[in-house]
Amino acid sequence: MRFRLIATLAVVTMVVVFAVTGRISTLVLGNWVAALLTLSIFSFLYKDNPVYKFAEHIFIGISAGYFVALEYWNVFVPNLWNPLMEGFRNVDLTVLFRLGGVPIGLPTFPGMELLIPFALGILLFTRFFPRAAWLSRWSIAAMIGSYAGLAIIGALQGDLIAQIRANMIPFYVSGSWAAVGSAQGGGDIFFAFLEALRNPLIVIGLLATLVYFFFSREHKGGLGAVSRLGIWFLMISFGASFGYTVMSRVSLLIGRLYFLLSDWLGIIQ
Amino acid sequence: MGQDRPDRNLLVKLSRIDRRILFVIIFVCVIVPLLMEARMEMSVTAPVLGLYEAVEGLEPGSYVWLAADYDPGSMPELYPMNVALVEHLFEKDIRVISGSLWAPGPPLAQRVFEDLAPKYGKAYGKDYVNLGFKEGREAVMISVAEDLRRAFPEDYYGAPLDSIPMLEGIRNLRDLEMIVAVSAGYPGIKEWIMQIATRYETVIGGGVTAVTGPEMYPYIQSGQLVGLLAGMKGAAEYEQLVRRPGLGISGMVAQSSVHVMVVVFIVFANIVYFLEKRRAE
Repeated sequence: MRFRLIATLAVVTMVVVFAVTGRISTLVLGNWVAALLTLSIFSFLYKDNPVYKFAEHIFIGISAGYFVALEYWNVFVPNLWNPLMEGFRNVDLTVLFRLGGVPIGLPTFPGMELLIPFALGILLFTRFFPRAAWLSRWSIAAMIGSYAGLAIIGALQGDLIAQIRANMIPFYVSGSWAAVGSAQGGGDIFFAFLEALRNPLIVIGLLATLVYFFFSREHKGGLGAVSRLGIWFLMISFGASFGYTVMSRVSLLIGRLYFLLSDWLGIIQ
Repeated sequence: MGQDRPDRNLLVKLSRIDRRILFVIIFVCVIVPLLMEARMEMSVTAPVLGLYEAVEGLEPGSYVWLAADYDPGSMPELYPMNVALVEHLFEKDIRVISGSLWAPGPPLAQRVFEDLAPKYGKAYGKDYVNLGFKEGREAVMISVAEDLRRAFPEDYYGAPLDSIPMLEGIRNLRDLEMIVAVSAGYPGIKEWIMQIATRYETVIGGGVTAVTGPEMYPYIQSGQLVGLLAGMKGAAEYEQLVRRPGLGISGMVAQSSVHVMVVVFIVFANIVYFLEKRRAE
Protein backbone atom coordinates (compact mmCIF):
# COMPACT_ATOMS: atom_id res chain seq x y z
CA MET A 1 0.00 0.00 0.00
CA ARG A 2 2.78 2.39 1.00
CA PHE A 3 4.72 1.50 -2.16
CA ARG A 4 1.69 2.28 -4.36
CA LEU A 5 1.23 5.63 -2.63
CA ILE A 6 4.89 6.55 -3.04
CA ALA A 7 4.87 5.42 -6.69
CA THR A 8 1.72 7.47 -7.42
CA LEU A 9 3.19 10.55 -5.71
CA ALA A 10 6.42 10.11 -7.67
CA VAL A 11 4.60 9.91 -11.01
CA VAL A 12 2.41 12.92 -10.16
CA THR A 13 5.45 14.93 -9.03
CA MET A 14 7.35 14.02 -12.21
CA VAL A 15 4.43 15.06 -14.41
CA VAL A 16 3.99 18.35 -12.52
CA VAL A 17 7.73 19.09 -12.79
CA PHE A 18 7.67 18.34 -16.52
CA ALA A 19 4.63 20.57 -16.95
CA VAL A 20 6.12 23.44 -14.93
CA THR A 21 9.47 23.25 -16.74
CA GLY A 22 7.70 23.23 -20.09
CA ARG A 23 8.77 19.73 -21.16
CA ILE A 24 5.10 18.82 -21.52
CA SER A 25 2.63 21.41 -22.75
CA THR A 26 -0.33 22.01 -20.44
CA LEU A 27 -2.64 21.14 -23.34
CA VAL A 28 -1.07 17.69 -23.77
CA LEU A 29 -1.05 17.14 -20.02
CA GLY A 30 -4.69 18.24 -19.77
CA ASN A 31 -5.70 15.89 -22.58
CA TRP A 32 -3.91 12.96 -20.94
CA VAL A 33 -5.50 13.63 -17.56
CA ALA A 34 -8.95 14.00 -19.15
CA ALA A 35 -8.49 10.86 -21.25
CA LEU A 36 -7.33 8.72 -18.33
CA LEU A 37 -10.18 9.96 -16.15
CA THR A 38 -12.67 9.26 -18.97
CA LEU A 39 -11.36 5.70 -19.33
CA SER A 40 -11.49 5.30 -15.54
CA ILE A 41 -15.17 6.28 -15.53
CA PHE A 42 -15.88 3.99 -18.51
CA SER A 43 -14.34 1.09 -16.54
CA PHE A 44 -17.53 1.07 -14.43
CA LEU A 45 -19.34 -0.39 -17.45
CA TYR A 46 -17.40 -3.58 -16.86
CA LYS A 47 -17.85 -3.54 -13.10
CA ASP A 48 -17.33 -1.35 -10.07
CA ASN A 49 -13.62 -0.98 -9.32
CA PRO A 50 -11.13 1.20 -7.40
CA VAL A 51 -10.02 3.09 -10.53
CA TYR A 52 -13.61 4.21 -11.13
CA LYS A 53 -13.99 5.17 -7.47
CA PHE A 54 -10.77 7.18 -7.65
CA ALA A 55 -12.01 9.14 -10.70
CA GLU A 56 -15.43 9.64 -9.11
CA HIS A 57 -13.91 11.03 -5.91
CA ILE A 58 -11.62 13.34 -7.87
CA PHE A 59 -14.66 14.64 -9.80
CA ILE A 60 -16.69 15.28 -6.66
CA GLY A 61 -13.78 16.88 -4.80
CA ILE A 62 -12.77 19.17 -7.64
CA SER A 63 -16.38 20.16 -8.37
CA ALA A 64 -17.03 21.03 -4.73
CA GLY A 65 -13.78 22.99 -4.43
CA TYR A 66 -14.34 24.77 -7.73
CA PHE A 67 -17.87 25.85 -6.84
CA VAL A 68 -16.91 27.02 -3.35
CA ALA A 69 -14.05 29.13 -4.75
CA LEU A 70 -16.22 30.44 -7.58
CA GLU A 71 -19.12 31.39 -5.32
CA TYR A 72 -16.72 33.07 -2.91
CA TRP A 73 -15.00 35.20 -5.56
CA ASN A 74 -18.01 35.78 -7.82
CA VAL A 75 -20.78 36.26 -5.27
CA PHE A 76 -19.59 36.84 -1.73
CA VAL A 77 -16.66 39.17 -2.41
CA PRO A 78 -18.12 41.49 -5.12
CA ASN A 79 -21.72 41.53 -3.89
CA LEU A 80 -21.24 41.69 -0.14
CA TRP A 81 -17.70 41.93 1.18
CA ASN A 82 -16.32 44.67 -1.08
CA PRO A 83 -19.37 46.99 -0.78
CA LEU A 84 -19.38 46.54 3.01
CA MET A 85 -15.66 47.27 3.31
CA GLU A 86 -16.08 50.30 1.09
CA GLY A 87 -18.97 51.42 3.30
CA PHE A 88 -17.00 50.95 6.53
CA ARG A 89 -14.38 53.35 5.18
CA ASN A 90 -17.04 56.05 4.90
CA VAL A 91 -18.85 55.66 8.20
CA ASP A 92 -20.80 58.71 9.24
CA LEU A 93 -22.55 59.39 12.53
CA THR A 94 -26.23 60.32 12.37
CA VAL A 95 -26.61 62.31 15.59
CA LEU A 96 -29.82 61.55 17.43
CA PHE A 97 -29.19 63.67 20.50
CA ARG A 98 -26.39 65.10 22.60
CA LEU A 99 -25.59 64.05 26.13
CA GLY A 100 -23.64 66.69 27.92
CA GLY A 101 -22.25 67.91 24.63
CA VAL A 102 -21.27 64.43 23.53
CA PRO A 103 -23.07 63.42 20.27
CA ILE A 104 -25.03 60.17 20.59
CA GLY A 105 -26.27 58.58 17.41
CA LEU A 106 -26.17 55.78 14.89
CA PRO A 107 -23.20 55.08 12.67
CA THR A 108 -24.39 55.00 9.04
CA PHE A 109 -22.61 54.25 5.79
CA PRO A 110 -23.49 53.66 2.14
CA GLY A 111 -24.71 50.13 1.50
CA MET A 112 -25.66 49.67 5.13
CA GLU A 113 -28.66 47.56 4.10
CA LEU A 114 -26.21 44.82 3.08
CA LEU A 115 -25.82 44.03 6.78
CA ILE A 116 -29.22 42.30 6.59
CA PRO A 117 -28.18 39.65 4.01
CA PHE A 118 -24.83 39.40 5.83
CA ALA A 119 -26.64 38.58 9.07
CA LEU A 120 -28.98 36.16 7.32
CA GLY A 121 -25.95 34.46 5.76
CA ILE A 122 -24.31 34.08 9.17
CA LEU A 123 -27.52 32.62 10.57
CA LEU A 124 -27.36 29.79 8.00
CA PHE A 125 -24.25 28.48 9.75
CA THR A 126 -26.18 27.99 12.99
CA ARG A 127 -27.25 24.64 11.51
CA PHE A 128 -23.93 23.30 12.81
CA PHE A 129 -25.10 23.96 16.38
CA PRO A 130 -28.25 21.96 17.23
CA ARG A 131 -29.41 24.31 20.00
CA ALA A 132 -29.28 27.36 17.71
CA ALA A 133 -30.19 25.61 14.47
CA TRP A 134 -33.70 27.08 14.45
CA LEU A 135 -32.20 30.49 13.67
CA SER A 136 -31.23 29.27 10.19
CA ARG A 137 -34.93 28.97 9.36
CA TRP A 138 -35.12 32.76 9.14
CA SER A 139 -32.57 32.77 6.33
CA ILE A 140 -34.20 29.84 4.57
CA ALA A 141 -37.62 31.51 4.89
CA ALA A 142 -36.25 34.69 3.30
CA MET A 143 -34.76 32.71 0.40
CA ILE A 144 -37.85 30.59 -0.19
CA GLY A 145 -40.17 33.59 0.09
CA SER A 146 -38.30 35.75 -2.39
CA TYR A 147 -37.75 32.93 -4.89
CA ALA A 148 -41.37 31.79 -4.64
CA GLY A 149 -42.53 35.34 -5.31
CA LEU A 150 -40.32 35.61 -8.38
CA ALA A 151 -41.18 32.17 -9.70
CA ILE A 152 -44.94 32.47 -9.23
CA ILE A 153 -45.18 35.69 -11.24
CA GLY A 154 -43.13 34.16 -14.05
CA ALA A 155 -45.00 30.87 -13.99
CA LEU A 156 -48.39 32.56 -14.17
CA GLN A 157 -47.57 35.32 -16.62
CA GLY A 158 -45.06 33.57 -18.82
CA ASP A 159 -46.23 29.98 -18.67
CA LEU A 160 -49.77 29.24 -17.49
CA ILE A 161 -51.64 32.14 -19.09
CA ALA A 162 -49.51 32.11 -22.23
CA GLN A 163 -50.02 28.35 -22.68
CA ILE A 164 -53.77 28.55 -22.07
CA ARG A 165 -54.00 31.31 -24.64
CA ALA A 166 -51.86 29.32 -27.10
CA ASN A 167 -54.21 26.36 -26.82
CA MET A 168 -57.36 28.36 -27.59
CA ILE A 169 -57.17 27.43 -31.23
CA PRO A 170 -59.87 26.50 -33.77
CA PHE A 171 -60.55 22.80 -33.99
CA TYR A 172 -60.95 23.03 -37.73
CA VAL A 173 -58.84 25.36 -39.88
CA SER A 174 -60.72 26.24 -43.03
CA GLY A 175 -58.86 25.21 -46.13
CA SER A 176 -56.54 22.79 -44.34
CA TRP A 177 -58.20 19.67 -45.81
CA ALA A 178 -58.55 21.36 -49.21
CA ALA A 179 -54.75 21.82 -49.08
CA VAL A 180 -54.37 18.04 -48.70
CA GLY A 181 -56.48 17.52 -51.84
CA SER A 182 -54.55 20.07 -53.86
CA ALA A 183 -51.06 18.92 -52.74
CA GLN A 184 -48.84 17.41 -55.43
CA GLY A 185 -46.66 14.37 -54.76
CA GLY A 186 -46.58 11.91 -51.86
CA GLY A 187 -44.38 14.01 -49.58
CA ASP A 188 -46.45 17.16 -49.95
CA ILE A 189 -49.70 15.28 -49.40
CA PHE A 190 -48.27 13.68 -46.26
CA PHE A 191 -47.11 17.01 -44.78
CA ALA A 192 -50.39 18.74 -45.73
CA PHE A 193 -52.25 15.89 -44.03
CA LEU A 194 -50.15 16.28 -40.87
CA GLU A 195 -50.74 20.04 -40.92
CA ALA A 196 -54.50 19.50 -41.23
CA LEU A 197 -54.37 17.13 -38.24
CA ARG A 198 -52.37 19.53 -36.07
CA ASN A 199 -55.14 21.56 -34.47
CA PRO A 200 -57.58 18.65 -33.93
CA LEU A 201 -54.77 16.60 -32.34
CA ILE A 202 -53.77 19.44 -30.00
CA VAL A 203 -57.36 20.08 -28.92
CA ILE A 204 -58.30 16.41 -28.48
CA GLY A 205 -54.99 15.58 -26.78
CA LEU A 206 -55.27 18.50 -24.37
CA LEU A 207 -58.87 17.75 -23.39
CA ALA A 208 -58.32 13.99 -23.07
CA THR A 209 -55.21 14.47 -20.91
CA LEU A 210 -57.01 16.98 -18.68
CA VAL A 211 -59.87 14.49 -18.26
CA TYR A 212 -57.34 11.82 -17.21
CA PHE A 213 -56.23 14.12 -14.37
CA PHE A 214 -59.83 14.86 -13.34
CA PHE A 215 -60.30 12.73 -10.24
CA SER A 216 -63.60 14.09 -8.88
CA ARG A 217 -65.60 11.39 -10.68
CA GLU A 218 -64.87 7.74 -11.27
CA HIS A 219 -63.45 7.10 -14.74
CA LYS A 220 -66.29 4.98 -16.12
CA GLY A 221 -68.36 5.09 -19.28
CA GLY A 222 -67.70 8.08 -21.55
CA LEU A 223 -65.40 9.70 -19.00
CA GLY A 224 -63.40 6.46 -18.79
CA ALA A 225 -63.06 6.24 -22.56
CA VAL A 226 -61.80 9.82 -22.84
CA SER A 227 -59.50 9.21 -19.88
CA ARG A 228 -58.03 6.15 -21.64
CA LEU A 229 -57.46 8.28 -24.72
CA GLY A 230 -55.64 10.73 -22.42
CA ILE A 231 -53.39 7.89 -21.25
CA TRP A 232 -52.53 7.16 -24.90
CA PHE A 233 -51.53 10.76 -25.47
CA LEU A 234 -49.44 10.70 -22.29
CA MET A 235 -47.76 7.44 -23.31
CA ILE A 236 -46.88 8.85 -26.73
CA SER A 237 -45.37 11.95 -25.10
CA PHE A 238 -43.41 9.76 -22.66
CA GLY A 239 -42.14 7.74 -25.63
CA ALA A 240 -40.99 10.93 -27.36
CA SER A 241 -39.26 12.05 -24.16
CA PHE A 242 -37.56 8.67 -23.83
CA GLY A 243 -36.36 8.87 -27.43
CA TYR A 244 -34.89 12.29 -26.77
CA THR A 245 -33.27 11.01 -23.56
CA VAL A 246 -31.59 8.19 -25.51
CA MET A 247 -30.36 10.77 -28.02
CA SER A 248 -28.98 12.91 -25.20
CA ARG A 249 -27.12 10.04 -23.53
CA VAL A 250 -25.70 8.79 -26.82
CA SER A 251 -24.53 12.34 -27.57
CA LEU A 252 -22.51 12.29 -24.34
CA LEU A 253 -20.86 9.01 -25.39
CA ILE A 254 -20.15 10.43 -28.86
CA GLY A 255 -18.63 13.53 -27.28
CA ARG A 256 -16.29 11.52 -25.08
CA LEU A 257 -15.24 9.09 -27.82
CA TYR A 258 -14.74 11.99 -30.22
CA PHE A 259 -12.46 13.60 -27.64
CA LEU A 260 -10.47 10.38 -27.18
CA LEU A 261 -10.09 9.83 -30.92
CA SER A 262 -9.31 13.41 -31.90
CA ASP A 263 -7.81 15.46 -29.06
CA TRP A 264 -6.07 12.60 -27.28
CA LEU A 265 -5.08 10.05 -29.94
CA GLY A 266 -5.25 12.35 -32.97
CA ILE A 267 -6.74 9.57 -35.13
CA ILE A 268 -9.52 11.77 -36.53
CA GLN A 269 -9.57 15.46 -37.28
CA MET B 1 -38.84 -31.95 -19.69
CA GLY B 2 -35.29 -30.84 -20.51
CA GLN B 3 -36.18 -29.36 -23.93
CA ASP B 4 -38.70 -26.94 -22.25
CA ARG B 5 -36.08 -25.24 -20.11
CA PRO B 6 -35.88 -21.57 -21.15
CA ASP B 7 -32.09 -21.55 -21.37
CA ARG B 8 -32.29 -24.09 -24.21
CA ASN B 9 -34.06 -21.56 -26.35
CA LEU B 10 -31.75 -19.36 -28.37
CA LEU B 11 -34.05 -16.33 -28.19
CA VAL B 12 -34.36 -16.61 -24.45
CA LYS B 13 -30.61 -17.05 -24.12
CA LEU B 14 -30.13 -13.90 -26.13
CA SER B 15 -32.72 -12.05 -24.03
CA ARG B 16 -30.57 -12.74 -20.98
CA ILE B 17 -27.41 -11.60 -22.64
CA ASP B 18 -24.74 -9.97 -20.47
CA ARG B 19 -25.37 -6.23 -20.51
CA ARG B 20 -21.65 -5.65 -21.14
CA ILE B 21 -22.05 -7.20 -24.58
CA LEU B 22 -24.74 -4.61 -25.32
CA PHE B 23 -22.33 -1.89 -24.18
CA VAL B 24 -19.72 -3.22 -26.62
CA ILE B 25 -22.27 -3.23 -29.47
CA ILE B 26 -23.25 0.39 -28.69
CA PHE B 27 -19.57 1.31 -28.41
CA VAL B 28 -18.88 -0.19 -31.86
CA CYS B 29 -21.93 1.59 -33.32
CA VAL B 30 -20.45 4.90 -32.16
CA ILE B 31 -16.77 4.39 -32.82
CA VAL B 32 -16.95 2.95 -36.36
CA PRO B 33 -18.82 5.92 -37.93
CA LEU B 34 -16.50 8.31 -36.06
CA LEU B 35 -13.39 6.52 -37.39
CA MET B 36 -14.85 6.46 -40.90
CA GLU B 37 -15.69 10.17 -40.52
CA ALA B 38 -19.07 9.36 -42.08
CA ARG B 39 -21.44 12.23 -42.88
CA MET B 40 -25.14 12.26 -43.69
CA GLU B 41 -27.53 14.77 -45.22
CA MET B 42 -30.36 15.88 -42.98
CA SER B 43 -33.61 17.68 -43.56
CA VAL B 44 -33.86 20.85 -41.51
CA THR B 45 -36.81 20.89 -39.13
CA ALA B 46 -39.10 23.90 -38.62
CA PRO B 47 -37.91 24.85 -35.08
CA VAL B 48 -34.26 24.98 -36.25
CA LEU B 49 -35.20 26.92 -39.36
CA GLY B 50 -37.17 29.32 -37.14
CA LEU B 51 -34.09 30.21 -35.11
CA TYR B 52 -31.93 30.49 -38.21
CA GLU B 53 -34.39 32.85 -39.86
CA ALA B 54 -34.74 34.93 -36.69
CA VAL B 55 -30.95 35.46 -36.60
CA GLU B 56 -30.87 35.98 -40.35
CA GLY B 57 -33.48 38.72 -39.98
CA LEU B 58 -31.37 40.77 -37.53
CA GLU B 59 -29.78 43.96 -38.79
CA PRO B 60 -25.94 44.11 -38.81
CA GLY B 61 -24.75 45.99 -35.74
CA SER B 62 -27.71 44.95 -33.60
CA TYR B 63 -27.17 43.40 -30.19
CA VAL B 64 -27.94 39.86 -29.02
CA TRP B 65 -27.76 38.42 -25.49
CA LEU B 66 -26.14 34.99 -25.63
CA ALA B 67 -26.94 33.09 -22.44
CA ALA B 68 -24.28 30.40 -21.98
CA ASP B 69 -26.19 28.47 -19.33
CA TYR B 70 -24.43 25.12 -19.56
CA ASP B 71 -21.48 23.18 -18.25
CA PRO B 72 -18.89 20.66 -19.52
CA GLY B 73 -21.31 17.82 -18.77
CA SER B 74 -23.57 18.92 -21.61
CA MET B 75 -20.82 20.06 -23.98
CA PRO B 76 -21.28 17.37 -26.66
CA GLU B 77 -24.79 18.68 -27.31
CA LEU B 78 -24.57 22.36 -26.49
CA TYR B 79 -21.04 23.39 -27.41
CA PRO B 80 -21.57 22.68 -31.15
CA MET B 81 -24.75 24.82 -30.94
CA ASN B 82 -22.84 27.62 -29.22
CA VAL B 83 -20.19 27.48 -31.95
CA ALA B 84 -22.69 27.41 -34.83
CA LEU B 85 -24.74 30.26 -33.34
CA VAL B 86 -21.72 32.50 -32.72
CA GLU B 87 -20.49 31.74 -36.26
CA HIS B 88 -23.83 32.88 -37.62
CA LEU B 89 -23.95 35.98 -35.39
CA PHE B 90 -20.38 36.99 -36.28
CA GLU B 91 -21.01 36.37 -39.95
CA LYS B 92 -24.02 38.71 -39.75
CA ASP B 93 -21.94 41.37 -37.93
CA ILE B 94 -24.16 41.19 -34.88
CA ARG B 95 -22.73 42.24 -31.55
CA VAL B 96 -22.84 39.54 -28.92
CA ILE B 97 -23.15 40.06 -25.17
CA SER B 98 -22.66 36.80 -23.34
CA GLY B 99 -23.67 36.21 -19.73
CA SER B 100 -24.10 33.04 -17.77
CA LEU B 101 -26.24 31.84 -14.89
CA TRP B 102 -24.22 28.61 -14.75
CA ALA B 103 -20.82 28.93 -13.10
CA PRO B 104 -18.92 26.81 -15.68
CA GLY B 105 -20.55 28.64 -18.62
CA PRO B 106 -18.28 31.70 -19.09
CA PRO B 107 -15.03 29.84 -19.90
CA LEU B 108 -16.89 27.74 -22.48
CA ALA B 109 -18.42 30.83 -24.10
CA GLN B 110 -15.02 32.53 -24.03
CA ARG B 111 -13.42 29.55 -25.75
CA VAL B 112 -15.96 29.81 -28.57
CA PHE B 113 -15.30 33.55 -28.92
CA GLU B 114 -11.52 33.13 -28.92
CA ASP B 115 -11.70 30.34 -31.50
CA LEU B 116 -13.94 32.28 -33.89
CA ALA B 117 -13.05 35.96 -33.36
CA PRO B 118 -9.80 35.89 -35.43
CA LYS B 119 -11.59 34.20 -38.34
CA TYR B 120 -14.16 37.02 -38.55
CA GLY B 121 -11.84 39.83 -37.42
CA LYS B 122 -13.86 40.48 -34.25
CA ALA B 123 -12.46 42.24 -31.21
CA TYR B 124 -13.31 41.83 -27.55
CA GLY B 125 -15.21 44.82 -26.19
CA LYS B 126 -16.01 46.08 -29.66
CA ASP B 127 -17.89 43.20 -31.27
CA TYR B 128 -18.42 40.82 -28.39
CA VAL B 129 -18.15 40.77 -24.63
CA ASN B 130 -18.30 38.10 -21.95
CA LEU B 131 -19.92 39.28 -18.73
CA GLY B 132 -19.16 36.06 -16.87
CA PHE B 133 -21.24 34.27 -14.26
CA LYS B 134 -23.72 35.74 -11.84
CA GLU B 135 -25.51 33.88 -9.08
CA GLY B 136 -29.17 34.72 -8.54
CA ARG B 137 -31.08 32.80 -11.23
CA GLU B 138 -34.43 34.47 -12.03
CA ALA B 139 -33.47 37.57 -10.05
CA VAL B 140 -30.49 38.10 -12.37
CA MET B 141 -32.71 37.68 -15.44
CA ILE B 142 -35.01 40.42 -14.21
CA SER B 143 -32.03 42.60 -13.32
CA VAL B 144 -30.66 42.21 -16.85
CA ALA B 145 -34.05 43.21 -18.21
CA GLU B 146 -34.22 46.26 -15.94
CA ASP B 147 -30.63 47.39 -15.50
CA LEU B 148 -27.74 45.48 -17.06
CA ARG B 149 -25.11 47.22 -14.92
CA ARG B 150 -26.85 46.27 -11.70
CA ALA B 151 -26.85 42.61 -12.71
CA PHE B 152 -23.33 42.58 -14.15
CA PRO B 153 -21.29 45.57 -12.88
CA GLU B 154 -18.11 44.03 -14.33
CA ASP B 155 -17.23 41.76 -17.24
CA TYR B 156 -15.56 38.32 -17.06
CA TYR B 157 -12.14 39.96 -16.57
CA GLY B 158 -13.27 42.45 -13.92
CA ALA B 159 -13.48 45.49 -16.21
CA PRO B 160 -16.35 47.88 -15.37
CA LEU B 161 -19.09 47.80 -18.01
CA ASP B 162 -18.78 51.55 -18.59
CA SER B 163 -15.22 50.98 -19.84
CA ILE B 164 -16.38 48.61 -22.61
CA PRO B 165 -16.98 50.54 -25.85
CA MET B 166 -19.69 48.31 -27.33
CA LEU B 167 -21.83 48.65 -24.20
CA GLU B 168 -22.07 52.41 -24.44
CA GLY B 169 -25.78 53.23 -24.55
CA ILE B 170 -26.82 49.70 -23.68
CA ARG B 171 -28.86 49.93 -20.49
CA ASN B 172 -31.06 46.85 -20.40
CA LEU B 173 -32.75 44.17 -22.48
CA ARG B 174 -34.86 46.71 -24.33
CA ASP B 175 -31.69 47.81 -26.12
CA LEU B 176 -31.10 44.28 -27.37
CA GLU B 177 -32.82 42.63 -30.33
CA MET B 178 -32.91 39.07 -29.13
CA ILE B 179 -31.97 36.55 -26.45
CA VAL B 180 -30.28 33.36 -27.62
CA ALA B 181 -30.13 30.92 -24.72
CA VAL B 182 -27.99 27.81 -24.86
CA SER B 183 -29.10 25.98 -21.77
CA ALA B 184 -28.63 22.64 -20.08
CA GLY B 185 -31.36 22.90 -17.44
CA TYR B 186 -32.33 25.19 -14.56
CA PRO B 187 -31.88 28.12 -14.75
CA GLY B 188 -32.11 28.22 -18.51
CA ILE B 189 -34.25 28.90 -21.52
CA LYS B 190 -37.51 28.01 -19.76
CA GLU B 191 -36.86 30.63 -17.08
CA TRP B 192 -35.87 33.18 -19.72
CA ILE B 193 -39.23 32.51 -21.38
CA MET B 194 -41.24 32.63 -18.15
CA GLN B 195 -39.55 35.67 -16.65
CA ILE B 196 -38.66 37.71 -19.70
CA ALA B 197 -40.38 36.71 -22.97
CA THR B 198 -43.92 37.73 -22.08
CA ARG B 199 -43.24 40.45 -19.51
CA TYR B 200 -40.70 42.33 -21.62
CA GLU B 201 -41.94 41.20 -25.06
CA THR B 202 -38.50 39.92 -25.99
CA VAL B 203 -37.64 37.63 -28.89
CA ILE B 204 -36.14 34.42 -27.51
CA GLY B 205 -34.64 31.43 -29.27
CA GLY B 206 -31.96 28.95 -28.40
CA GLY B 207 -30.74 25.45 -27.90
CA VAL B 208 -31.27 22.83 -25.23
CA THR B 209 -30.16 19.27 -24.48
CA ALA B 210 -32.30 16.59 -26.09
CA VAL B 211 -33.64 15.58 -22.66
CA THR B 212 -35.31 18.97 -22.22
CA GLY B 213 -36.31 19.30 -25.89
CA PRO B 214 -39.87 17.89 -25.63
CA GLU B 215 -40.60 20.21 -22.71
CA MET B 216 -39.74 23.23 -24.87
CA TYR B 217 -41.83 22.53 -27.98
CA PRO B 218 -45.07 23.96 -26.50
CA TYR B 219 -43.31 27.33 -26.25
CA ILE B 220 -42.73 27.28 -30.01
CA GLN B 221 -46.41 26.61 -30.62
CA SER B 222 -47.32 29.48 -28.26
CA GLY B 223 -44.94 31.82 -30.11
CA GLN B 224 -42.82 32.46 -27.00
CA LEU B 225 -39.84 30.81 -28.71
CA VAL B 226 -38.90 31.76 -32.25
CA GLY B 227 -36.86 28.61 -32.75
CA LEU B 228 -35.21 25.75 -30.94
CA LEU B 229 -32.23 23.44 -31.39
CA ALA B 230 -32.82 20.23 -29.46
CA GLY B 231 -29.79 18.06 -28.78
CA MET B 232 -27.03 17.07 -31.15
CA LYS B 233 -29.53 16.73 -34.02
CA GLY B 234 -30.53 20.39 -33.61
CA ALA B 235 -26.86 21.40 -33.54
CA ALA B 236 -26.17 19.35 -36.68
CA GLU B 237 -29.09 20.95 -38.55
CA TYR B 238 -27.90 24.43 -37.61
CA GLU B 239 -24.34 23.57 -38.66
CA GLN B 240 -25.76 22.46 -41.99
CA LEU B 241 -27.68 25.73 -42.37
CA VAL B 242 -24.64 27.89 -41.66
CA ARG B 243 -22.46 25.50 -43.71
CA ARG B 244 -19.94 24.95 -40.90
CA PRO B 245 -19.65 21.21 -40.17
CA GLY B 246 -18.70 20.50 -36.56
CA LEU B 247 -19.23 17.87 -33.89
CA GLY B 248 -22.99 17.95 -34.53
CA ILE B 249 -22.73 16.75 -38.12
CA SER B 250 -19.77 14.44 -37.31
CA GLY B 251 -21.79 12.68 -34.65
CA MET B 252 -25.05 12.18 -36.52
CA VAL B 253 -24.15 8.92 -38.28
CA ALA B 254 -23.00 7.46 -34.96
CA GLN B 255 -26.17 8.79 -33.34
CA SER B 256 -28.36 7.20 -36.03
CA SER B 257 -26.50 3.87 -35.82
CA VAL B 258 -27.14 3.67 -32.09
CA HIS B 259 -30.79 4.63 -32.57
CA VAL B 260 -31.24 1.80 -35.09
CA MET B 261 -29.55 -0.59 -32.68
CA VAL B 262 -31.77 0.53 -29.77
CA VAL B 263 -34.86 -0.03 -31.96
CA VAL B 264 -33.55 -3.53 -32.81
CA PHE B 265 -33.02 -4.24 -29.08
CA ILE B 266 -36.54 -3.07 -28.23
CA VAL B 267 -38.20 -5.07 -31.03
CA PHE B 268 -36.17 -8.16 -30.13
CA ALA B 269 -36.99 -7.85 -26.42
CA ASN B 270 -40.70 -7.55 -27.25
CA ILE B 271 -40.63 -10.62 -29.50
CA VAL B 272 -38.98 -12.65 -26.72
CA TYR B 273 -41.44 -11.28 -24.17
CA PHE B 274 -44.46 -12.37 -26.22
CA LEU B 275 -42.91 -15.76 -27.05
CA GLU B 276 -42.26 -16.43 -23.35
CA LYS B 277 -45.76 -15.27 -22.48
CA ARG B 278 -47.28 -17.62 -25.05
CA ARG B 279 -45.17 -20.51 -23.74
CA ALA B 280 -46.25 -19.79 -20.17
CA GLU B 281 -49.90 -19.92 -21.24
